[in-house]
Amino acid sequence: MTVQTDKLLRMAEQITANMAYTDDTEVVAEKIADHLYRFWDPRMLASLKAYNKEQAESLSPALAAAVQRLERAPYS
Amino acid sequence: MGNWYRVGAEQDLGTPLVAGESLITLSVDGMEISVPEGTSIMRAAALAGTNIPKLCATEDLEPFGSCRLCLVQIEGRPGYPASCTTEVSEGMAVRTQSPRLAELRRNVMELYISDHPLDCLTCPTNGDCELQDMAGAVGLREVRYGYEGKNHLDKTKDESAPYFTFDASKCILCSRCVRACEEQQGTFALTIDNRGFDSQIVASQNDAFDQSECVSCGACVKACPTATLTEKSIIALGQPDRATVTTCAYCGVGCSFRAEMQGDQLVRMTPNRDGHANHGHACVKGRFAFGYATHDDRITAPMIRDSINDVWQEVSWEQALSFAASRMQAIQSTYGRKSIGGITSSRCTNEEVFVVQKFIRAAMGNNNVDTCARVCHSPTGYGLKTTLGESAGTQTFDSVMQADTIMVIGANPTAAHPVFGSMMKRRLRQGAKLIVIDPRATDLVDSPHVRADQHLQLRPGTNVAVINALGHVIISEGLEDKAFIQQRCEVDAYEIWRQFIAREENSPETLEPVTGVPAAQIRAAARNYASVPNGAIYYGLGVTEHSQGSTMVMGIANLAMATGNLGREGVGVNPLRGQNNVQGSCDMGSFPHELPGYRHLSDLATRTQFEKAWGVKLDAEPGYRIPNMFDAAVDGEFKGLYIQGEDMAQSDPDTQHVQAALSAMECVIVQDLFLNETAKYAHVFLPGSSFLEKDGTFTNAERRISPVRKVMQPLAGMAEWEVTCALSTAMGYPMSYQHPSEIMDEIAQLTPTFSGVSYELLDELGSIQWPCNEHAPNGTPMMHVDEFVRGKGFFAPTPYVPTDERSNNKYPLLLTTGRILSQYNVGAQTRRTENMAFHAEDVLEIHPSDAEVRGITDGAWVGIKSRAGETVLRADITTRVQAGVVYTTFHHPESGANVVTTDNSDWATNCPEYKVTAVQAYPVSNPSEWQEMFSKFHAEQGNFLDQRKRKKPVTTQS
Repeated sequence: MTVQTDKLLRMAEQITANMAYTDDTEVVAEKIADHLYRFWDPRMLASLKAYNKEQAESLSPALAAAVQRLERAPYS
Repeated sequence: MGNWYRVGAEQDLGTPLVAGESLITLSVDGMEISVPEGTSIMRAAALAGTNIPKLCATEDLEPFGSCRLCLVQIEGRPGYPASCTTEVSEGMAVRTQSPRLAELRRNVMELYISDHPLDCLTCPTNGDCELQDMAGAVGLREVRYGYEGKNHLDKTKDESAPYFTFDASKCILCSRCVRACEEQQGTFALTIDNRGFDSQIVASQNDAFDQSECVSCGACVKACPTATLTEKSIIALGQPDRATVTTCAYCGVGCSFRAEMQGDQLVRMTPNRDGHANHGHACVKGRFAFGYATHDDRITAPMIRDSINDVWQEVSWEQALSFAASRMQAIQSTYGRKSIGGITSSRCTNEEVFVVQKFIRAAMGNNNVDTCARVCHSPTGYGLKTTLGESAGTQTFDSVMQADTIMVIGANPTAAHPVFGSMMKRRLRQGAKLIVIDPRATDLVDSPHVRADQHLQLRPGTNVAVINALGHVIISEGLEDKAFIQQRCEVDAYEIWRQFIAREENSPETLEPVTGVPAAQIRAAARNYASVPNGAIYYGLGVTEHSQGSTMVMGIANLAMATGNLGREGVGVNPLRGQNNVQGSCDMGSFPHELPGYRHLSDLATRTQFEKAWGVKLDAEPGYRIPNMFDAAVDGEFKGLYIQGEDMAQSDPDTQHVQAALSAMECVIVQDLFLNETAKYAHVFLPGSSFLEKDGTFTNAERRISPVRKVMQPLAGMAEWEVTCALSTAMGYPMSYQHPSEIMDEIAQLTPTFSGVSYELLDELGSIQWPCNEHAPNGTPMMHVDEFVRGKGFFAPTPYVPTDERSNNKYPLLLTTGRILSQYNVGAQTRRTENMAFHAEDVLEIHPSDAEVRGITDGAWVGIKSRAGETVLRADITTRVQAGVVYTTFHHPESGANVVTTDNSDWATNCPEYKVTAVQAYPVSNPSEWQEMFSKFHAEQGNFLDQRKRKKPVTTQS
């Protein structure tokens, strides 16, 4: 894993933790996806998507759901 | 632009402006004038064009009535009242001149002069001495008492202070200095000791100035009507021959100054009485620490080198720019368009920032632009935009004078924003309540005539827990402003927040073990803030530089909305911005996801507007932030960086990672005044220009756009904006402006909140607070008055998420970093001034109990080790820090404070978590390994610089 990917995962999980004020995973996933799309460089998103394809189980459920959303409209 | 900004001497109306509600009409020497009720006769007379002689009075201070020179006669009243302390009344007829008055004034002056050195011709303030002026004004021709009597002429001169002298033999005991220290600065360092003939001005307990509590703000020096307190620069150089109003280049207060010149030499910086941010006050940095601008270390010729292991080679501007452009283009050709980027500076002007981000977006063709605000107030932008709709503070500084309770969170204004800190102290002395939320006992917690009602001395990293607990008390005790919430806020979002904050997990009692703050204190603070008519919040980097910086900013906005403390004087959410133009650099589109005016790149209409104006297709997707750039560089994906006025190798966290990233790049271009730490990793050095060498604008923490005016030619021949334009042109995207005013015109054309801003309007108004447009043609002092910028205010839920950076057995202490009064940021400027006398090295503050168990003694070397690195500092054993917490500053590169700080950052913005690092501290006898490497590298790079002139300029090649 590159320096960047390692940090990206940590950052993405931090975003997830800070969005998780409700138990509704769908709501949280949408907020995470929107945040990532608005603020992250596409190369960083690509790394996250690639990681999610291979090791989605190691991500928190809301984050994994958010990354899947990034593969769809309006994000992709 | 001609001489549009040249100004004459300041007029002193003798007593301060009074904001009386009704007008009073009186006559002064037969001339009728109307002034606000409460105005002094002296001020009314001055407004009518008559300057009554005075010595103890000045417009900057409350009237005192001690010198007895300003006596007047009032029709129908007996005696000769002092015009400075006598208020006007309706129909009053005042006589300022008569034979009797002239006699009385001459008698007074005779007494003064009988005990004053008669060395006017060699006196440093010859030509700028009020005593001298008054002797002339009253027609003093003889001193009947002679000069042989008992006097004070043999008093010794105190030259201990770095920037001014105190010559007691010239003192007339008008007490202006004492009152300036009290009223303006609020330090109370000066007093009049003894009585009668033995009376004398003393600092602290009759100490030398450099050993006293004096903070060298210069207020006393400005107030002194004689040569008693005189700037050393004036003693050395003489009086200035012209003055230009400009804006200080230090902190985010943005003080207005008169740069007083002799030819092209700056001899004095005097705070401008008409300055809208500072009202004639200053601090030690802005007032005195300007010597760096002409320091011998300034590099004034461009330099290039192939590798950082090479000697620098001085070249022409053309050669340097061609070299830089071809290197950057070669990198893009090899690694792709997005493999390079640039950093704007919060120390440069708005115009310079604007052209840098334009250069990156238009010439480099990507959005890899970021700014040093990333590492300080980026959470402010995110948090306030989300909740209130605009990435800026809500008030003017003056608004604090109407606050009833002031809450200061993670800020140390008397050190980092000293002029505003003094204003805040003034309000506190008037009786406003004070809540301080800070792990350290800052100056505000307990200083002369100021004491915090509540000091919530929380554990570092628990801000959000504390703000949630405060919110919990407000909701659970029914202290919220229901009408405000109903009218001004999104009710659905409020309901979600209300339910969240009311949970037991957010109660002060539940959170007490987390925060370390007694629940009773939290409850008292919440009631204190929510129960007064006007509650105002001021915050600093102790809020933003956390893993939950953005959450905390939103929590602060929630608290203000819940209590209705927004949209009027005396309230608000007020970020205290660190550097002079942090606000401006953010306004100007320095972040990788948004264009000037905080408009997201994904907004097609905005992007199209810029594309049409600039004639290029813009990348619609965000670029890298600074930490992303470094990570990508270490991974070999990011290869070139243009850095204007920023020293990331010292200021950014995890120094060794930054050094690795810079070393991995193929072209680092640094534009700066000095060969800073980052420039040691550079391949191109482009000389910068100081704030004295260019025109432009800075925007301070209250959104105030203030003019920066050129008082001397750029030492390197070009201002930064000119260099950026030339570099852009060399990279194939021509940029050409004749003057920064043209850049501002382009900013106004493209940015709705700036559409009314122009240099002409700035000249007319002095400064402008944005938004300035068709809705607010003269600017907007206060935001969110009738509605929020986003329409309805948004309550954002703020779950407390503990930082990943935790203390444990190996790293049991929490390090927090900060700033001190006399040094500024990385110290590149202040370390090249006499301010070194105040703070020659960074030290580690450690609590006595933590020191004792480790065998650490005061002043001894102590090692500090974190998960990121290790450094060595001297110990300062103090109770300013609580047990378990240590503190240091990062003003000196060899200290390596940021070798220890980690790459942990704010979840939303990647603002580094400078305020929480788990460390261990222990006695040592040698520098750290990093420090030894630093010394070696520093010496090596110093040699590369020193040897540069021995080389012949080389022909530019790619």
